[in-house]
Amino acid sequence: QKTKEGFLSKLSKAIAGKSTVDATVLDELEEALIGADVGVDTTLQIIERIEERVKKDKYINTTELNHLLKDEIQNVLKVGDETEKHFEILNNKKPFVILVVGVNGVGKTTTIGKLAHNYKKAGYSVLLGAADTFRAAAVDQLTIWSERVGVPIVKQAMGSDPSAVAFDTVKSAVAKNIDVVIIDTAGRLHNKAHLMEELSKIKRVIQKVIPDAPHEVMLVLDGSTGQNALEQAKQFTAATDVSAITVTKLDGTAKGGVVLAIANQFKIPVKFIGVGEKIDDLLVFDKKEFVDSLFSLQHQ
Amino acid sequence: MFNSLSEKLESAFKNLKGQARITELNIANTVKDIRRALIDADVNFKIAKEFTDKVKEKALGEKVINSVSPGQLMVKIVQDELTELMGGTAADFSVTGNPAIILIAGLQGSGKTTFTGKLANYLKVQKGKSPMVVAADIYRPAAIDQLTVLGEQIGVPVYAERDNKDAVSIALNAIKEARAQNKNVVIIDTAGRLAIDEAMMTEVANIKQAVNPTEILFVVDAMTGQDAVNTAKAFNDRLDFTGVVLTKLDGDTRGGAALSIKYTVQKPIKFMSSGEKMDTLDVFYPDRMAQRILGMGDIASLVEKA
Ligand SMILES: Nc1nc2c(ncn2[C@@H]2O[C@H](COP(=O)(O)OP(=O)(O)OP(=O)(O)O)[C@@H](O)[C@H]2O)c(=O)[nH]1
Ligand SMILES: Nc1nc2c(ncn2[C@@H]2O[C@H](COP(=O)(O)OP(=O)(O)OP(=O)(O)O)[C@@H](O)[C@H]2O)c(=O)[nH]1
Ligand SMILES: [Mg+2]
Ligand SMILES: [Mg+2]
Repeated sequence: QKTKEGFLSKLSKAIAGKSTVDATVLDELEEALIGADVGVDTTLQIIERIEERVKKDKYINTTELNHLLKDEIQNVLKVGDETEKHFEILNNKKPFVILVVGVNGVGKTTTIGKLAHNYKKAGYSVLLGAADTFRAAAVDQLTIWSERVGVPIVKQAMGSDPSAVAFDTVKSAVAKNIDVVIIDTAGRLHNKAHLMEELSKIKRVIQKVIPDAPHEVMLVLDGSTGQNALEQAKQFTAATDVSAITVTKLDGTAKGGVVLAIANQFKIPVKFIGVGEKIDDLLVFDKKEFVDSLFSLQHQ
Repeated sequence: MFNSLSEKLESAFKNLKGQARITELNIANTVKDIRRALIDADVNFKIAKEFTDKVKEKALGEKVINSVSPGQLMVKIVQDELTELMGGTAADFSVTGNPAIILIAGLQGSGKTTFTGKLANYLKVQKGKSPMVVAADIYRPAAIDQLTVLGEQIGVPVYAERDNKDAVSIALNAIKEARAQNKNVVIIDTAGRLAIDEAMMTEVANIKQAVNPTEILFVVDAMTGQDAVNTAKAFNDRLDFTGVVLTKLDGDTRGGAALSIKYTVQKPIKFMSSGEKMDTLDVFYPDRMAQRILGMGDIASLVEKA
């Protein structure tokens, strides 16, 4: 039903039968990248590198040309140094604490529901913490997810201190010998200093219980966001040392080029992608598969 | 990003100084810089190109008179063009009809439910209306609770049917109820949906058909990237909406999606939403948006320096 062409697939047609990368090919590549939210900086870098390589080996056939393009895109994504393949907790930390952050409406709460489901499926015990006490019915929303997945939740009244909820959650996880703790936070725009400070405080309070927690700070980005995603990555990292990214809503028509821009400008790995609103719609991000999909004619 | 743009334009403008007329040659770089600034602001790249081509055409042959630098001239042309494109003057918003029916639609998480509350509040407080809001999102967990909380905050009744799984009949029943309660505006909040989701697009089209809305508002996140064009077009094809609402403008996005959408569907942007609180709603100001997209605060100060 939902079919999608990789945004670089048309390029394969443009270079068919060519023996060199000419201006037409480069123009088309530039348009495809920019049109997919890769951004001007990263796009120009990719183009430059391709130009350089083409200068070296002047005459190459179409197949090689295709490889070369793919290769450069893979370089941006640093294909090769993969992190994890499954829903595993790192370094046997217990409880493994994941703090989920991001701007408003990107899909944090939904991603938490899906994550909880996957960790549970992998055999871990999971506890959710409803530290968004601000957005209307945010606690109700996470509660419904906890019921759907079948995992417990720690919550307080709306309007209570989010740090207190996070503290309670982590404490309760230690007491109950829980494997994975996932803490939801209210959506906040990264240019609001007091809200970013609140996140740092949540982190500090968690560390009162477990000094090296949170073990993962997961930034959730909306896959249809444009260049502002870079600013989000920058500011959330400054406030909370983001360690992983989930890109959501990639089931839409947005092409997810922002994944390339992020990979090029930050060292934070994209770990998961959201491809729908259902419990099973979270995938482990596979770079190689992602690059292949960019070139494929029919995808997902 | 801002700094390098102003620096670039500054040097480009310097190069133009002392020349009598703007020519293809002497503004080539300036045009390129403006185009790049637009793309950096998330204006769709095709539209950025068409727009700068138009600006160039206007600028070519313009006499550079002594009192105005070529740079100032270019800035003025860009600003005027952009403002005109963004809508010139503020658009009407219609709440006539008894009740007036307003349908809200858009992608997931764009800010529909929040806007539904804000609009009800605005109509109640500023326009003396007596609105009712309708929870026609039967999918998102706690969607009804969310709207109920907002309704309580602003003192506006919320119509919901927890066990009804048919959004169309919920909307129709709500209108009946609004008439019975003497409410003169009904605002229908719908579930977020992707433009490529046939079943969901059919649902919202069916709601439209059934309730015959006075206004249909397409709610879009101001941080949206290049894809805004496709989404807006797809929603407009199905709903023929009457206006656009931009949300999350309290962030630091330049909001180029606004230009892309306006350009593509030719529908007015009617409201701008800039916060999570119920009173953070404004009618749309085209000139403000034009300045924001181009980082104009910055360019204007540059011109003052010149
Ligand atoms: N199509 C699609 N929709 C998604 C995806 N992830 C989340 N959503 C939807 O996006 C909307 C917002 O999701 P939430 O999980 O509430 O987002 P949030 O970041 O928690 O929002 P706030 O807490 O209000 O900041 C909901 O309608 C979700 O169903 C996804 O991968 N694809
Ligand atoms: N900062 C800011 N946040 C906003 C604005 N408008 C909405 N939000 C927030 O964005 C998030 C999503 O808003 P909702 O109103 O739930 O969005 P929605 O379109 O109804 O979402 P779905 O029903 O899941 O599709 C919430 O956290 C809101 O508080 C705004 O103008 N500024
Ligand atoms: Mg949430
Ligand atoms: Mg909603």
